[in-house]
Amino acid sequence: MSVLLWVVLPYVALTVFVLGHVWRYRYDKFGWTTRSSQMYESRLLRVGSPLFHFGILVVALGHVGGLVIPKSWTEAVGVSEELYHLSAVVLGTVAGVATVAGLVILIYRRRTVGPVFTATTRNDKLMYAVLGLTIALGLAATVVANLVGEGYDYRTTISPWFRSIFTFQPEPALMAGAPVLFQLHALSALALFAIWPFTRLVHMLTAPVGYLTRPYIVYRSRDEGRPAAKRGWEPSR
Amino acid sequence: MRVMAQLAMVMNLDKCIGCHTCSVTCKQAWTNRAGTEYVWFNNVETRPGQGYPRTYQDQERWRGGWELNRRGRLKLKAGGRVRKLFSIFANPLMPSIQDYYEPWTYDYDRLFSAPMQADTPVARPRSLISGRPMKISWSANWDDNLAGDPSPDPVLRKVSDQVKLEFERAFMFYLPRICEHCLNPSCVASCPSGAMYKRSEDGIVLVDQDRCRGWRMCVTGCPYKKVYFNHRTGKAEKCTFCYPRVEVGIPTVCSETCVGRLRYIGLVLYDADRVAEAAATPSERDLYEAQKSVLLDPHDPEVIAAARASGIPEDWLDAARESPVHRLIFEYGVALPLHPEYRTMPMVWYIPPLSPVVDVLAKTGHDGEDAGNLFGAIDALRIPVGYLAELFTAGDPEPVRAVLRRLAAMRSYMRRLNLGREPDESIATAAGLRGEQVEGMHRLLALAPYAERYVIPKAHAEQGAQLEELGCSLDYDGGPGMTGPFGEASGLPAPVAVENFHALRERQTGENLDDADELRGRVNLLNWDGKGTPDGLFPRRKK
Ligand code: HEM
Ligand code: SF4
Ligand code: SF4
Repeated sequence: MSVLLWVVLPYVALTVFVLGHVWRYRYDKFGWTTRSSQMYESRLLRVGSPLFHFGILVVALGHVGGLVIPKSWTEAVGVSEELYHLSAVVLGTVAGVATVAGLVILIYRRRTVGPVFTATTRNDKLMYAVLGLTIALGLAATVVANLVGEGYDYRTTISPWFRSIFTFQPEPALMAGAPVLFQLHALSALALFAIWPFTRLVHMLTAPVGYLTRPYIVYRSRDEGRPAAKRGWEPSR
Repeated sequence: MRVMAQLAMVMNLDKCIGCHTCSVTCKQAWTNRAGTEYVWFNNVETRPGQGYPRTYQDQERWRGGWELNRRGRLKLKAGGRVRKLFSIFANPLMPSIQDYYEPWTYDYDRLFSAPMQADTPVARPRSLISGRPMKISWSANWDDNLAGDPSPDPVLRKVSDQVKLEFERAFMFYLPRICEHCLNPSCVASCPSGAMYKRSEDGIVLVDQDRCRGWRMCVTGCPYKKVYFNHRTGKAEKCTFCYPRVEVGIPTVCSETCVGRLRYIGLVLYDADRVAEAAATPSERDLYEAQKSVLLDPHDPEVIAAARASGIPEDWLDAARESPVHRLIFEYGVALPLHPEYRTMPMVWYIPPLSPVVDVLAKTGHDGEDAGNLFGAIDALRIPVGYLAELFTAGDPEPVRAVLRRLAAMRSYMRRLNLGREPDESIATAAGLRGEQVEGMHRLLALAPYAERYVIPKAHAEQGAQLEELGCSLDYDGGPGMTGPFGEASGLPAPVAVENFHALRERQTGENLDDADELRGRVNLLNWDGKGTPDGLFPRRKK
């Protein structure tokens, strides 16, 4: 059971994530967009979207800090457990609250603003459900661990498990012992990664950082980017 | 010197009757789809008026185009790269659909399905955005012909110290607008993903639909608001200068169908190395001259040599020498750019209308075509000149006055000829022209023969293999099945069927009534111009 949950599922989800993006990029570049709804409604979006995005980006960075960087490294540079915990809780709370507030505004907007609701596909609803669930479980796990319990040091269990996936020496036992809420959070995150390439979330992967360095005016020849005439074209006469 | 070729357009505003044929045919050809209901690549607005989208010319509000920073360098008015990325999650300068107008359709079905009743059933308007019944209160040309109140017009506000909109002094004219295919396009510069580009062959500015990610910054970047956001596909779209048509040498749809025959298409050559420098000219009023100075003389041997070195083909150089656009800008000096102060170097030029002056003059009982009267009136009538100057020369009345004098001179000069009098060279001289030039200008502006209005070199056959694309077969990778999980926006785009346009060109310019061989039993009704009955239009009669 724990092999299925903490070895097979993660690899399936990550494979779908990677191959899904490759497939989508290859066959559906035209569908690769934020599908911005700002033309319909701006007032709520201008509050909700930046709150959510800046929040989630910090949260994502926090996950990198917590999951990818081993505890021994931070301790080697002199960051004590208390200091790490304190900064994680402070930053995490601020970012978490922003993310949730933003998400609530965005979902409220999706539901109540007529044109935005009309433009919401089933795909969007599924994405929002899984995204919302993941964020809610993550928040719940942290709150329960810190307020009810006296804190949970995921850096000795979940983080090594997470890294073990990427070093191809999975250690499911580490995760099997984690609190249920953390387990559920991880599972719903896996579900999120699995549907990611097939939703509008693909926009994240093409975040336009290249804009900072490219020249302002882009020239391009007429021939570039046309499909190559490889398939053989039958002359019409 | 890095010579590049640019397809440019001139519109002669004196002849625009505001019929909107150009807008409608353009829409039928390119934007009659879901997601682009509100989009008019070509729109015609009455000036003075609010424009489309409303008050788009107010750059203090919309912040389109470029401005100079403290060191005199060009920067995007809406903010630089870092600022753009930080405001990407919600663009603070994005126009809403209401700034354009909420598109609608009518409940036509009610006309048929309504039960028997005393009153005639009506088809109620229904929003195409929310699907709900709506009250129509604005559209793309709501203030046509000075309907409503033109006073929010940002251009009018600039000259408001000179003008009171008194009834007797009211004036108006029409301004058809398409994308300007600028030499220094701020839309391209605003695109975070680099999906927008200027074609190096002909300068047409396009959006790569496969690379656009819907960051919607280009909409803000363009001061003319000529990039539109397709709210269904989530991608930006804009006027393409009908590139599939001009590539085979036929004019854009708006030009082809223009009732007034007032549009001219031709090449200009320009020095790409000097664009940024000229666009950074300190004084706004010098921008018109700066813009002209970037364009090169296609007769100059030095320019020709440099153009050859840059790989511009010989027939394109010929076309540049015959370009009506170049003649109207330089030889006759009557074409002006629209809002050069946006610093994008727009390449759709306008011959300002003389008619407000003539009309006002005629109302006072004077002979509106006498040279002396006309010249005097141009200087006396500050209103139209000031207004035109805000549109075309960043407020400098002198170039506008000079153009209007030339147009007035043409009227008077040609009237004498028509009445069988001796040509009066002094009229031409007074406007800085020679008599033969006036006659040439008259031929181009008044007679406007098709082949002289449109001098469009074809795209090059050496590149034919790429041009032919893939036909329209559905058996390419993925095929039409791709439209499944991601909605109608997804899947590989159907290639533009260039061969259709070749066929169209042949039919439009050929001698034959219909070319049955070429059609091979298939008829594309879109290309059928009503001439004859092409083979295959009707099923064959059994013998
Ligand atoms: C750093 C990279 C990212 C950029 C530049 C970015 C940018 C955008 C933009 C421009 C929109 C369209 C807003 C609109 O006008 O309607 C959007 C929407 C959205 N983004 Fe992102 N995003 C990024 C990362 C993410 C991430 C990491 C997530 C979630 C895990 C995310 C989730 C969403 C969602 C759910 C929406 C839809 C909002 C709505 O309209 O309801 N984005 N994003
Ligand atoms: S007018 Fe056309 S080329 Fe110029 S900035 Fe706007 S969209 Fe770009
Ligand atoms: S078709 Fe010609 S005359 Fe009619 S509105 Fe358009 S530009 Fe003016």
